[in-house]
Amino acid sequence: MKLKNRFFALGVFVTLILAGVVSFYASGDPDGLEKVAEEKGFLADATDHGLGDSPLADYGVSGIADDRLSVALAGTIGVFLMLALSTLMFKFLAKRK
Amino acid sequence: MHAPDGFINAPVSLGTGAVSASILAVALSKARAELDEKAAPMAGLVAAYVFAAQMLNFPVALGTSGHLMGGALAAILVGPWTGMIAVSTVVILQALLFADGGLTALGFNVFNMAIITVIAGWLVFQLVTKIISGRTGVIVGAFLAALVSVPASASAFVLQYALGGTGTLDIMDVFIAMFSVHVLIGIGEGIITLLTVSAVLALRPDLVFGARGKVKAELEIRESKVS
Repeated sequence: MKLKNRFFALGVFVTLILAGVVSFYASGDPDGLEKVAEEKGFLADATDHGLGDSPLADYGVSGIADDRLSVALAGTIGVFLMLALSTLMFKFLAKRK
Repeated sequence: MHAPDGFINAPVSLGTGAVSASILAVALSKARAELDEKAAPMAGLVAAYVFAAQMLNFPVALGTSGHLMGGALAAILVGPWTGMIAVSTVVILQALLFADGGLTALGFNVFNMAIITVIAGWLVFQLVTKIISGRTGVIVGAFLAALVSVPASASAFVLQYALGGTGTLDIMDVFIAMFSVHVLIGIGEGIITLLTVSAVLALRPDLVFGARGKVKAELEIRESKVS
């Protein structure tokens, strides 16, 4: 394989491992903003997400009970969608010079 | 930093959203100058990588976590305008498909996580690489740019909260809490950014936008040694 393709193959591989495998071990603690909101007392101001029932909500695939599989699938779908959408968009932008 | 709906009132959410949309419109036209055939797939890869890395919350303090925002990283790898669009795409996809970050909050979430991080990160990177030359400058610059970008993002949120927060709180109190925890998250952002930029620099220095004209010189010297 050419060097260029090898780099992209490696990049996609690392990205998929991060989203599909490592993501299961991510900290479940509230993030900085959520923690501050909780401590200062404005967390309760948050309203439900309008698309909270969507099939990939909260990085899980609805209907899949196994947590590890659920987050792995959601992450993998996200990576491929992100790759496809943004590469198309950037190729289009690069062409329109 | 993905704010849900309800923290910031409608006027400030919509106003900041309009500002974000205007800046992104400029970015879309400016990005063309940064993009060529080689850079387009790299920009797509960077967007996917930032999406993946944003899933990886790391612990920063007792019961608190943080994750990469990626604005500084994207700016250094593919250029500030392209990087801004890449991270915005991530934040938009997260809100629409993964219910991460509110819908009315989307405009200011893009502003805080994709626009401010790129602007702050790119300015710091430019400054550091002017002071420290070559590969060292790029690596130190990557760490410091990422470190600064996170509290900058948190500060932007506090400003929006001061203008349109639905609660009545002491703003200075919120600012100190937000700033301090995001300095800690910024250290994590700095480490991930440094490692990622170093890896790409080692494998494909020609793909690091921020290293153009800075690392090439070193490579030319090595080439002449061989011949």
